[in-house]
Amino acid sequence: MAHGPAKGLSRWLFATNHKDIGSMYLWFSFAMFILGGSFAMVIRAELFQPGLQLVRPEFFNQMTTMHGLVMVFGAIMPSFVGLANWMIPMMIGAPDMALPRMNNFSFWLLPFAFLILASTLFMAGGGPNFGWTFYAPLSTTYAPPSVTFFIFAVHVMGASSIMGSINIIATVLNLRAPGMTLMKMPLFVWTWLITAFLLIAVMPVLAGAVTMMLMDIHFGTSFFSAAGGGDPVLFQHVFWFFGHPEVYIIILPAFGVVSQIIPTFSRKPLFGYSSMVYATASIAFLSFIVWAHHMYVVGMPIAGEMYFMIATMLIAVPTGVKVFNWVATMFRGSISFETPMLFCIAFIILFTTGGFSGLMLSLAPSDFQYHDSYFVVAHFHYVMVAGAVFSMSAAVYYWLPKWCGRMYSEAMGKTHFWISFIGFNLTFFPQHFVGLAGMPRRIPDYNLIFADWNMVSSIGAFIYGSSQILFLFNVIRTIVAGKPSTEAKTWDGAEGLEWTVPSPAPYHTFSVPPQVS
Amino acid sequence: MHSKAKRLLALLLGPALLSANTNVWADLADRSTLNMSPGVTLLGRDIYDLHMMAIWVSVAIGVVVFTVMFYSLIAHRKSSGRQADHWHEHLGAELAWTLIPFLILGWMAWPAIQTLLKVYDTDEPVIDIVVTGYQWKWKYEYIGATPADSISFFSNLATPQDEIHGKKEKSEFYLLEVDEPIHIPVQTKVRFLITGNDVIHSWWVPELAVKKDAVPGIVNESWTKAEKVGIYRGQCAELCGKDHGFMPIVVVVEERADYDKWLNGKKAEAKKLHELMAQTFTLEEQIARGEKVYNSTCVSCHGAKGEGGVGKPIAGSKIATGPLEEHLKVAISGRPGTAMPAFGNSLNDLDLAAVVTYQRNAFGNNMGDSLQAVDVYKFKSKKSGE
Repeated sequence: MAHGPAKGLSRWLFATNHKDIGSMYLWFSFAMFILGGSFAMVIRAELFQPGLQLVRPEFFNQMTTMHGLVMVFGAIMPSFVGLANWMIPMMIGAPDMALPRMNNFSFWLLPFAFLILASTLFMAGGGPNFGWTFYAPLSTTYAPPSVTFFIFAVHVMGASSIMGSINIIATVLNLRAPGMTLMKMPLFVWTWLITAFLLIAVMPVLAGAVTMMLMDIHFGTSFFSAAGGGDPVLFQHVFWFFGHPEVYIIILPAFGVVSQIIPTFSRKPLFGYSSMVYATASIAFLSFIVWAHHMYVVGMPIAGEMYFMIATMLIAVPTGVKVFNWVATMFRGSISFETPMLFCIAFIILFTTGGFSGLMLSLAPSDFQYHDSYFVVAHFHYVMVAGAVFSMSAAVYYWLPKWCGRMYSEAMGKTHFWISFIGFNLTFFPQHFVGLAGMPRRIPDYNLIFADWNMVSSIGAFIYGSSQILFLFNVIRTIVAGKPSTEAKTWDGAEGLEWTVPSPAPYHTFSVPPQVS
Repeated sequence: MHSKAKRLLALLLGPALLSANTNVWADLADRSTLNMSPGVTLLGRDIYDLHMMAIWVSVAIGVVVFTVMFYSLIAHRKSSGRQADHWHEHLGAELAWTLIPFLILGWMAWPAIQTLLKVYDTDEPVIDIVVTGYQWKWKYEYIGATPADSISFFSNLATPQDEIHGKKEKSEFYLLEVDEPIHIPVQTKVRFLITGNDVIHSWWVPELAVKKDAVPGIVNESWTKAEKVGIYRGQCAELCGKDHGFMPIVVVVEERADYDKWLNGKKAEAKKLHELMAQTFTLEEQIARGEKVYNSTCVSCHGAKGEGGVGKPIAGSKIATGPLEEHLKVAISGRPGTAMPAFGNSLNDLDLAAVVTYQRNAFGNNMGDSLQAVDVYKFKSKKSGE
């Protein structure tokens, strides 16, 4: 029954192979990463110095909005779905994903969703300009007409995410090889299983929020309009009930990646496997009961403030457990510093830094000064970029030899790492300073006291942005002309079923399930 | 702390952690560009202390964790010929690093709760000020015992467009200056009742330690008690549309006597405005007043020469050179579904009359007609009667 891929375009249009679909997800997310990144470059270019030089404020707002939407929904989330498609079947000894045709559908929805979203930039009145959090009534009564297309795009990408998650749950629960018990699964599979449940729980809430917006805009309801008896704050509760789990949807698979890579290059098993699983589950649970910490200044009663503050602080405990476990994994190992490991070490340092600023933000009284300032921007880029994007870079370098049977250039990889690391910190560390000094987020222009650090931040952003071109070049060069690397186990310290199949991984793997002891 | 030791510490830890001291300050030049300002209130200092405690706790944990990590990276590297151990569990360690964080968090939560209680204690204010966020300006109302004792005014960005567009050098208070600051007395508990007129805004003055969302349909409370005379500047913190970055807040904290003088002046001004409403002005007078209103209210969309931008051009436009009533209607009701807001409530009748007059007689428009406040009043009553 072994057969190769279909010829020509139909291989991709009608793809049901998890590796093909995984590759499409990864390329799509990289394209979105470049698109979202170019929006960020516009933002940083305008903020390079005080005054309005390049864009008008209304276009600046479209850039901040589209940057957030494209990065969260177009780059980070699909990249991890792509990784899940490629790796989960190979990690659990399954021949493919459980629902291959749905897999095809959930991928092919995405290009259309983002085509719709991107096309809003060319519509009369411009694209969405109300921030990626699209607070009503700015996003309803006061929104440009293109908001309807934005709502439709969110619905489509939400449907895609839900189908992707159902597929992952079905695969993990049904297609594990004999002997692959739940508590033997690689941590990447565990984190994705939990993430998939989070997605199924909260994407419908997002769909509900945008549907209420749609009704307010076109059908005369007043869910979020005070004038009609509605409540703008209701929008924020609904949005963040989705939005907070969403940040863990982004970071949990990243935790999984790091938990695969650190043991490999430490040549020592992951420390505290079961506590890692429990910590992941605890974080997922807590993510549902802390949403209003995004709303400390909205005017909540004091009891609400206290509850959300304390619940939020608790997240530090399981997150801390994870960091300590990674460090303990490295402790007394035999550590080498290939590019994936460098990205993972940077992940630990920078994600922990973002965790510290998260702990600071959890303190409601301090948040009255931090809220909606650049301090928040710095915080979430430390966890999103240094968390999700760095771990994704690590994952690509780590599994690329398995995917294409060729070795990337280590020198170029390390150069990419160091430029990224320096550029990233140059961009985002100074944003802590300007935020604390009083600079609000989402403004196109600022007072001169913020000028120096903004210039540093912009220079850092240009450095970080350009480092991605090197990344792209390195990946393409590897696929086309990299040094062949055909041994099954690319890395001497690697463990897991994916390292038992040949490199490059054949089109069909585990047609006969392996026996896991 | 000994100054030499302090310098050494500053070198080691970077300037961010030490740049703010407990002195109070009066204006922008003294504001730290690296750290939170403790500001000029007790609450601000409490918040600042909490913030610094959280930083030091983070630094301490970071030092411990990263020391262990970097020790491993150096001492347990493969290139030193090391063989890896194979243990991967240690119940004692895992229990310790699960339980100890609870204690640290509890230790941090306690002062946070204490401060929170103080922030929420809005009782017994001496002065109440209603703050309303508009796209894109703030309205302040001082509630007096009688309507005649109350005053109300709008506060607009005062930075000229030429500075924003790089045609003039930017001043020290670039984007942080307004035409009408609010005044409050020093050492007095002032309560702010904060709400929004259109979308959500957020009223933030870092040195007064106040940030609260201005939500349409909801009145939020916040308070401050400034301990030092000075001028304190802040900005809208919640994205509220195009000019979100251009609606600053300026609070003048002054001695009680100065405040009373200012307040009486504002009351007299209000009375005078009331009288002005009943007067008739010449075309030139209306144009002069209208130019001021235009430059604070219309210019960011319609351009300094009426050439347009986000908004339609005024120069030679059909509206500004068409029927007077139609022009006034657009100014009062806006253009729903476009960026043109309704100014019927945010400008008084006198200013509405003046700005419409100005637009019809500037930028090459030569209509020669003019409006008076009473015309606007009549037009509005006719409209509400319909």
